[in-house]
Amino acid sequence: MKKLTISTSPHVFSSLDIPYMMKGVIKALIPAVAASLYFFRWRAFLLILTTVSACVLTEYLLQRLRGRQVRIGDFSAVVTGLLLALVLPPSIPLWMSFFGGVFAITLGKEIFGGLGHNIFNPALLARAFLMAAFPVALTTWTNPVALDTVTTATPLGMAQFDHVITPYVSLFFGNVGGSLGETSALALLLGLGYLLYYKIIDYRIPVAYVGTVIFFSAVTHAIAPGRFSPPLFHVLAGGLLLGAVFMATDPATSPVTGLGRWIFGAGCGLITMTIRLWGGLPEGVMYSILLMNAVTPLINRITRPRRFGVGHGR
Amino acid sequence: MKALTFPGGVHPPYYKAISMSEPLRGAPLPLIAVIPLSQHIGAPNEPLVKKGDHVEEGQVLGKSGSFVSSPVHSPVYGKVLEIKKAFHPVMGPTLSVFIERNKNKEPRGYVEQDVEEFSPRELIEKIRNAGVVGMGGAAFPTHVKLSVPEGKKIETLIINGAECEPYLTCDHAVMTRRTQEILKGIEIVIRILQPKNTYIAIEDNKKSAIFAFQRMIKESTYKALLGIQVVLLKTKYPQGGEKQLIKAISGREVPPGKLPLDIGFLVQNVGTLYAIYEAVYFNKPLIERVVTISGDCLNRPGNYFVKIGATVRDIVEQYGVELYREPKKIIVGGPMMGFAQPHMDVPILKNTSGILFLSEQRARYFEERQCIKCARCVDVCPVNLVPTDIMKNVRKGYWDRLEKLHVTDCIECGACMYSCPARIPLVQYIKDAKSVIEGRK
Repeated sequence: MKKLTISTSPHVFSSLDIPYMMKGVIKALIPAVAASLYFFRWRAFLLILTTVSACVLTEYLLQRLRGRQVRIGDFSAVVTGLLLALVLPPSIPLWMSFFGGVFAITLGKEIFGGLGHNIFNPALLARAFLMAAFPVALTTWTNPVALDTVTTATPLGMAQFDHVITPYVSLFFGNVGGSLGETSALALLLGLGYLLYYKIIDYRIPVAYVGTVIFFSAVTHAIAPGRFSPPLFHVLAGGLLLGAVFMATDPATSPVTGLGRWIFGAGCGLITMTIRLWGGLPEGVMYSILLMNAVTPLINRITRPRRFGVGHGR
Repeated sequence: MKALTFPGGVHPPYYKAISMSEPLRGAPLPLIAVIPLSQHIGAPNEPLVKKGDHVEEGQVLGKSGSFVSSPVHSPVYGKVLEIKKAFHPVMGPTLSVFIERNKNKEPRGYVEQDVEEFSPRELIEKIRNAGVVGMGGAAFPTHVKLSVPEGKKIETLIINGAECEPYLTCDHAVMTRRTQEILKGIEIVIRILQPKNTYIAIEDNKKSAIFAFQRMIKESTYKALLGIQVVLLKTKYPQGGEKQLIKAISGREVPPGKLPLDIGFLVQNVGTLYAIYEAVYFNKPLIERVVTISGDCLNRPGNYFVKIGATVRDIVEQYGVELYREPKKIIVGGPMMGFAQPHMDVPILKNTSGILFLSEQRARYFEERQCIKCARCVDVCPVNLVPTDIMKNVRKGYWDRLEKLHVTDCIECGACMYSCPARIPLVQYIKDAKSVIEGRK
């Protein structure tokens, strides 16, 4: 008889492993990527190609240089690259986006010890960095489909500065200005459905995040309808859905406890709305998630599950 | 009827169809039986026989004077070849009695007796003398469990027919083919404990067992049995864990470090009840049990009456199970909590519920990756632990923090590791932590 395998229990495993999860996220992004290709054409294509290859290449080189096992096969760098492309304006110069990809992997992920050890969402951290380094390029928006070089404004920008509300139909399908992947609510909702159906993400964070935004905007809109936009607008416009579905749910940078995930999502919603309604910027999704990333270890500590058999009446 | 359950848990592939519809088969007697002297939790047994002795079937081979212990008996007529330390499927080398069967002697018959006159004390004594232990896993002496200390009262008796481990169908086989006998066993336990409520708890993937009990209870002539409720459980692992079962049925939780007894509950596995029935009605010691032989390497998987002390090698060579391909892993028990074995010279014990032969494909080794904090382990943990934090603190050696993370509450069900996308051996980390904490006390 051949040698028998000895290992500790359990001896069966769920088929859901890390590469499966990452590939699942990529599949869930297909509608958003398709929408971006439709609305922003070759610019979207080149941008995605640039950031994905920057991320994968950087991860490969760093892991080789540090003498670590190369783990680009887990597809996490591809996910980071894809997400980075989707949060950038279509007109950003490609060298900048390449730089962003290098930044995302180097200072967003590998410096902390690689996948799972990072504190901040790498794609959003890179976007925050680009925003600080190249503010003009990061706030120059292109008209969809026409791709005219004449700059346009995002629906949130128009609402904040010109009090113009973009029609919901355009927001739903994505025929508006904005970052590559944030414009089409429909595409993002399809992605959400996929992620939930295949149990790749937990429902708590997106529900808490979007729920808080709806509640907050409903209250403010009821108080001052002329000044504050209605809830549906806040849900469909800007990066809320992209952030709530794909960014805030990043496992490494969100809490591990169930209660913690509710708090995390609600915190993201509160900060987003505070920035949107009273901040100097029209959009607050990125900063809200990054700020909540920073307090995630604290949330984990204060939301430990109740000990089994203790404090449970009777 | 609504299926009850507990929060958390996982849904592994069950593979029960492999052996579920197979009949309960008898099995050839072992030529040489290997009987570890201690097969229970508690004080170790001392040998009562010596090398060269002739032993009768059912003769006591070893016992202890301590109350928390359980004797072991010879499964066959034969001669003691030797008494030496030998391989044990779970613990290290254990003092074991090797018995060579006398092929000229027929197995003994057991005569049914009238049990009406026995007092609870006498019933417990019979169960003790028969060496009955918990057959669902822990092998805790049953007579100890049934001897409720002064001042405590069992309000609720739960008969555990959940059988949540994948592959295993031995409890299902006993429930469907020995329904009446199990009910007689339950009646004995009811006589001893006088509980207010008695439940038979079965997962909803074993409908035939549920129907069998419902029908038999309705037709029963014993008054005590008419109050028994058959409850449906959701098919989910680890539904059959004592604490999870109590939680599912009553909503109550056993406090850390306490026993179900402390909150008025007692849980008994269906296999144990069958052993109680045989012990009381026939004075038959626990020398055989139903074992599921399954996996993806056999032509004839099934549920067999196996003598305690028969080895896995006997099963492969004598039972006609027909191994048609090389197993890569042999597991004693179920795949969630069972133990992988290095070879086939492994004796069947009183709590051996299954022997699984898994091929290369099902025994796949998975590369461990880094934790991504996805929190699946937290979501599935049935006792509210945060395994990912425990793992991190074990790696760093922060033992003081581990006590605050309640590592000792872990029931080692393996649900966390089953669901871990990074394939981190979380149960192993927790076991390590437990032994370090234990050692520091």
